[in-house]
Amino acid sequence: MSNGTPPLLEVEGLTVDFHSATGAFRATHAVSFAVEAGETLVILGESGSGKSVSASAIMGLIDTPPGEIVSGAIRYRGTDITRLDEAQRRTFNGRKVAIIFQDPLSHLNPVYTVGWQLGEVFTGHHKAGAAEARRRSIDVLRRVGIPEPELRIDWYPHQFSGGQRQRIMIGMAIALGPELLIADEPTTALDVSVQAQILDLLKDLQRTEGLGIIMITHDLEVAAHMADRIVVMKSGRIVEEGTARQVFDAPQHSYTRQLMHALPAAGSGAVAPAREGQPVLEVEHLSKTYQMAAGIFAPARELRAVDDVSFTLRRGETLGLVGESGSGKSTVARMLMRLTPASGGRALFHGDDVMAMDRRALLGFRRRVQMVFQDPYSSMNPRMDVFSIISEPWQIHRDILPRARWRERVVELLDLVGLHADHAQRFPHQFSGGQRQRIAIARALACDPELIVCDEAVSALDVSIQMQIVHLLGDLRDRLGLSYIFITHDLPIVRNLADRILVMKAGRVVEEAPTETLFRTPRDAYTRTLIEAAPKPKWLETAAA
Amino acid sequence: METPGETSSAAARTSPIPLPLRLVFRDPMAAAAVVFLVAIAACALFGPMLIGELVEKPNFRARNMAPFSLEQGFAYVLGADTLGRSLLARLVVGARNTLGIAAAAVLASLLVGGALGLIAGYSRGVLGNLIMRGADIVMSFPSLLLALIVLFSLGPSIPNLVLVLAITRVPIYLRTTRAEVLEVRERMFVSAATALGAGHMRLLFRHIAPIVMPTILTIGALDFATVVLAESSLSFLGLGVQAPAFTWGSMVANGRGYLASAWWVAFWPGLAILLTTLSLNVLSNWWRTYSDPHQRWRLELAKRSKAK
Repeated sequence: MSNGTPPLLEVEGLTVDFHSATGAFRATHAVSFAVEAGETLVILGESGSGKSVSASAIMGLIDTPPGEIVSGAIRYRGTDITRLDEAQRRTFNGRKVAIIFQDPLSHLNPVYTVGWQLGEVFTGHHKAGAAEARRRSIDVLRRVGIPEPELRIDWYPHQFSGGQRQRIMIGMAIALGPELLIADEPTTALDVSVQAQILDLLKDLQRTEGLGIIMITHDLEVAAHMADRIVVMKSGRIVEEGTARQVFDAPQHSYTRQLMHALPAAGSGAVAPAREGQPVLEVEHLSKTYQMAAGIFAPARELRAVDDVSFTLRRGETLGLVGESGSGKSTVARMLMRLTPASGGRALFHGDDVMAMDRRALLGFRRRVQMVFQDPYSSMNPRMDVFSIISEPWQIHRDILPRARWRERVVELLDLVGLHADHAQRFPHQFSGGQRQRIAIARALACDPELIVCDEAVSALDVSIQMQIVHLLGDLRDRLGLSYIFITHDLPIVRNLADRILVMKAGRVVEEAPTETLFRTPRDAYTRTLIEAAPKPKWLETAAA
Repeated sequence: METPGETSSAAARTSPIPLPLRLVFRDPMAAAAVVFLVAIAACALFGPMLIGELVEKPNFRARNMAPFSLEQGFAYVLGADTLGRSLLARLVVGARNTLGIAAAAVLASLLVGGALGLIAGYSRGVLGNLIMRGADIVMSFPSLLLALIVLFSLGPSIPNLVLVLAITRVPIYLRTTRAEVLEVRERMFVSAATALGAGHMRLLFRHIAPIVMPTILTIGALDFATVVLAESSLSFLGLGVQAPAFTWGSMVANGRGYLASAWWVAFWPGLAILLTTLSLNVLSNWWRTYSDPHQRWRLELAKRSKAK
């Protein structure tokens, strides 16, 4: 960096405040980093660490008044870009630096064709007329790997899959040939196997166009896969900086070490002996079909969301149910809880068919089986405080606990999941995602269940928090003798928790095996893609190549 | 996430004055609204006892007397109508009928509409459809025509008036409630409660209704003015409140003919309607913020910055 020419982009001592009625909140504190052309810098941090604010500052997207750049400079090839006026900013954004966002669904306008939106990038910057813009748009679509671009340019966003939409967003970003690309959590909303393709696309583009990339992520595996250098942020400060290999192999700061520790360890643990217990739940040929209404030209169709799923869960056992979105895994959970009626099959809970239970039997069943939902932000009534949330099972099932002991037991449960007694008076929005999921677990434990169904229970959380929750669940299982059905799209997460894993694809079980057997010798091709889709560190790849 | 909400809750438990009451007086607008509504309610309750006799007493020296003069005494400070009756006294006494009719009509339509809306939104079966078609019929029928028919056949009286006003307003609450319930019903915390074993009543009244309630109350507050005016137009047609009984609405209707010569006859009752509605609106807005744990800190915050 000391060879005289200024780096492609250099951020120096950037401090950003957000003013609110409660006073100023310092989002980033004296943050400095630099990117060279052709290099990938990964900014790694959990939600709220200030990583996205840094990116917004580069793009001039911070709204002032609430935000204020207190001090610091952002230099692009040596010129400070924090002082650009609006007109200069328009010529800068897109042509020199472009950004891609996390959610490709919400950043494409659903009422215009993709071609129109891509063409606007050219015409909006007065780079081309309509015909020329269309030709170039087709070219861009081809470059980001959309098949048959001449045809698909007239499609609307909903006609593309999530991965393809993210490709289109990347296409828009590189359309004007920027030198720096900022990718803000570009693959968080995507399935693992799609994520790998998008990351490869970014790498290809970097190679062919010599792009500098700033990649913002909370995902350690993505970071390892992409990074040349890594900046680790925590509460608005940079706590560690170095080459990817240094940061991953020899983390200096305690926070980084904690993060690295959260990475699910590969190959740990021997093949566990199969648990020999009473079967708690026997699922036989469970299926769910949706009737699609017949159109004028189309005959009625059947959509088989869940197709002939069978498994047995024994006492104290954890079953991992793994699959990508649309594989029907959540539908299985909802049917088991009788939240969605099943179209066929049986689920025997201690010999009684859940699907055929009457009101009374169902009430008893719902006392012994609990569910932890995916999104801790929406699975609790925002108007109830934590005490009411946790004590709700006792209000429903009157005979569990006399009212006088509720307060005492709520405190016990909060303690069990690692929260404080005085949290009982607060409302859900006053907690972080991880804390909320702990509250959801406390609620699930309130009626001493035998089985807990966890539907993507950690997917919405940061990595280090994910592992904390998974550890908590494992700990509770061993202490309370619980059984779990753990549903996730993230195979590595269940490696240390599940005894057996069921892999689902398009409504069917494609493989069922004990966890370690599955990881070591996956039989099904789809299972192999899932295992291999997990990004591998870049330095290992280059060493192999 | 830390919000300032929790720090003040410790103080709240020790004070004898309930928290909402203390908070409402931290917000000047809400406080003014409360004071005004309490004053109006006091007028409605005690006014007729105190100055009831002035209402019907013609004072020909004070005919069409302009406001802000004390020559006929304090009772005539807001002026007098064409028969020389004190406007102040009529406003105070008229509050009882006006507020009574409007409050009864709004409350009845809110309760009936809200309850039907909850059922229509929650049940997926025939019942919901029946309720909605019923609402469609009421809505597609001109409300004034409906009022004319009902009042003509049943005879004009205050209970009948309330009935008619309530029926015509029900669909508004019904449709709004149903639309919100349809959305709230699909939220995850409702599924979570179902998975815990919660019954229909519990889901409806503990989980869904509290989310829908603020919207309904806000509509109710806005609707108050509409109902007061609807009642006045019915009274104007001779189907509402019968003279010598009167309401603010009928006072406005009476004064309309004298707008050019004696604007105050219609102005004061109009102002009273406006201020009442405004106060209700401000207060319902405040309550919406207060009842939402997500937003409550805003009110507590206002208090803190004042304490500094």
